[in-house]
Amino acid sequence: MDWTRILSNVAGELIAPTTAAYALAAIGLNVHFGLTGLLNFGQAGFMLLGAYGFAISTIAGWPLWAAVLVAIGCSVVFALVLGIPTLKLRGDYLAIVTIAAAEIVRIVGRSTALTNLTGASSGLRGDSYKETFQELSPFDDGTSTIGPFTYANNASNSWWVRIVGWALVLLACLLIWRLLNSPWGRVLKGIREDEDAVRSLGKNVYGYKMQALVLGGVIGSLAGVVYVMPRAVQPDSMGRPMTFWVWTILLLGGAATVFGPVLGSMLFWAALMLIKTVGRELIPSTVMRAEQIEQFGWIVVGVTLMLLVIFRPQGILGDKKELAINVR
Amino acid sequence: MLALLAVLVPTSATAASGLPLAAATEACAPTPESACIGGTIRTAAGEPAVGVALQVAGVDETVDATTGPDGRWSAAVTSAGTYTVTLDAATLPAGETLRDPAQNPRTVEVTLGQSAGALFPLGAPSTGGGDTDDPPSGGESTTPAPEASGEPGLDSPSPGARGGGINWDRVAQQTVAGLVFGTLLALASVGLSLIFGTTGLSNFAHGEQVTLGGILAYLFTQVVGLPLLLSGAIAVVLAAASGWLQDAVIWHPLRKRRVGMTQQLIVTIGLAITLQYVYQFFLGGSSLRIVRSNPQAVNIGPVYITQQSLISVGIAVVVLGAVSYFLLATRIGRATRAVSDNPALAAASGITVDRIIRLVWTVGAGLAGLGGVTMGLYLNATAWNMGSTLLLLMFAAVTLGGLGTAFGALAGSIVIGLVVELSNLVIPSDMRYAGALVILILVLLLRPQGILGRAERIG
Repeated sequence: MDWTRILSNVAGELIAPTTAAYALAAIGLNVHFGLTGLLNFGQAGFMLLGAYGFAISTIAGWPLWAAVLVAIGCSVVFALVLGIPTLKLRGDYLAIVTIAAAEIVRIVGRSTALTNLTGASSGLRGDSYKETFQELSPFDDGTSTIGPFTYANNASNSWWVRIVGWALVLLACLLIWRLLNSPWGRVLKGIREDEDAVRSLGKNVYGYKMQALVLGGVIGSLAGVVYVMPRAVQPDSMGRPMTFWVWTILLLGGAATVFGPVLGSMLFWAALMLIKTVGRELIPSTVMRAEQIEQFGWIVVGVTLMLLVIFRPQGILGDKKELAINVR
Repeated sequence: MLALLAVLVPTSATAASGLPLAAATEACAPTPESACIGGTIRTAAGEPAVGVALQVAGVDETVDATTGPDGRWSAAVTSAGTYTVTLDAATLPAGETLRDPAQNPRTVEVTLGQSAGALFPLGAPSTGGGDTDDPPSGGESTTPAPEASGEPGLDSPSPGARGGGINWDRVAQQTVAGLVFGTLLALASVGLSLIFGTTGLSNFAHGEQVTLGGILAYLFTQVVGLPLLLSGAIAVVLAAASGWLQDAVIWHPLRKRRVGMTQQLIVTIGLAITLQYVYQFFLGGSSLRIVRSNPQAVNIGPVYITQQSLISVGIAVVVLGAVSYFLLATRIGRATRAVSDNPALAAASGITVDRIIRLVWTVGAGLAGLGGVTMGLYLNATAWNMGSTLLLLMFAAVTLGGLGTAFGALAGSIVIGLVVELSNLVIPSDMRYAGALVILILVLLLRPQGILGRAERIG
């Protein structure tokens, strides 16, 4: 068995753009759930909107900064539309509404009626919107090797995407770290623990929840942009499962912590890659076919999520005393 | 991809069950001795391309086909193998060209007893040359990645749907389809609502109970070879048993540990993921037909309905009636409603709450299983993700009716069924589930307690 190849594959997942994108999405969800206690089950909707906003405006010929602003704008509008009716309702209603809204985005995006805009279910091709981003790269074309990793400098799955993706993750971590210790963050945590108590202090709970929803959504939309950089915008790959993986990542690493989402994302994707590569080496294809090994990986994820929530809801880094998961 | 054409390959299901297909071209229905090749050709603007001539050539036979008024064409062949489908570009409507002329003629693999699709997208030739090829069009059946595979009910036009504008025949057709869909949805939603009512749990794994029913029915008819009614009955019994087991193994211990509702909600999501991939692990990602033969159609006035749907609805109505009787007129039914109303008070008046909850899980899962069997027949196929596609419609129905009220779920399901099918008249059919979800959000905005719910439930 080729352990060096397996280990370098697994280590490659630790710094992959997808891992960065999911870490970013989980940081956004951390603002919703970890800080404020909002049950947002539509994070994939924010990501998909961000991806669409970025890709479509780039295809329309807009410069990079404008396209990013469009992506952010989409998620702000989406958060407002979602938040206005539901933030006054109980938590599980918000869960159902956000998951439904994310599905609406996906169903509309994949509809053949919008083929000209979104490319329907086959989506938007990667090379149609990557150019402005790749032009910004300071590197020359070619490939670079650092340690066991060899990637292109600027192309789809490149060092450039990795650098920008992880820089965004670091910035977001910094932001969360500052927020956790700011008066604003303390109000959010108060809302998470006891909404009525915060209300009785004269705080506008609804307004704070809305701000948190928008901020987390904006981070989510940036995650969507990072996510589609090495691939195409495909609505069906950004559906409910994606939201659930983001939740698993957040709960694995630890909600309401700064580095929980990052650690969770790295562990999640590295573990999946480990299962996949080791499974292919060890299990003969007569017992499990390649796609079955992959599905087996996802089954492990589902079971992990269940066990995690029951036995260690605070995750790896979390503090059980701080995070009462059962905000209403 | 800008000019990608909306070209639907009718899946075997829809090609066969279409509607008065005879009105279009001679309908082709695969039998064990024959197979169909077909597709739909639409212009760049999405209109059906009428009168396009195609030639299907195989080793033994050559068949000619022409697209009908709805843009569909089909050709029946009697031997399996590779066929070459050639489109006569001269017969395309004025101004239309093939998007990818290199794909004409194209080859299709044909298996007896099944339908194969051959796609000819029209529009401007794609210009982008880059690192990725065009995604494979449906003609060559590549095995799609699980995420990319279709969702039953979402990708196929609803059974009986026909194109064209609004007219009374279409309204009648869609209304009946909506009532049928709503009744079958009600089977699945009643359990969801009862479980929420008695335990307060929003069960995101309920869709997988529905899938379980469909998949078990598929296994017993197609793999074991039992008659449909018997295998349907076995599927329902096993689904109910799975509900009992689920409560015994997972939910009862969690309630005992006093694990909170939000945590339990996330556990249901974990369970849903697990079950979905378990189904995929054993049965693959493609759609599974519970019944291979083509459904017999019945015309009632302007309305077209398959016999399977009629029987399914009949069974559903009887079962829903029985559930209503059980809830309203039996002692245990009253106890169930009491627990649903106020568990603490019910316990204080001598009702064994845990036993009632176990019963609700069993009955709810059994109903969901029946819903899965009948829905699988109605949609002509089931698949690992059938339930999860329907789950949000169930939530919409249950919320609309008022979370936790069994009769609310019934009323809500009918409304959602009608909305889904009637919205076909005005919006593209692949968007029709979105309409129901918009309603869900509007209900929460305007009357969060639902039609039959009480205001106190919303917290």
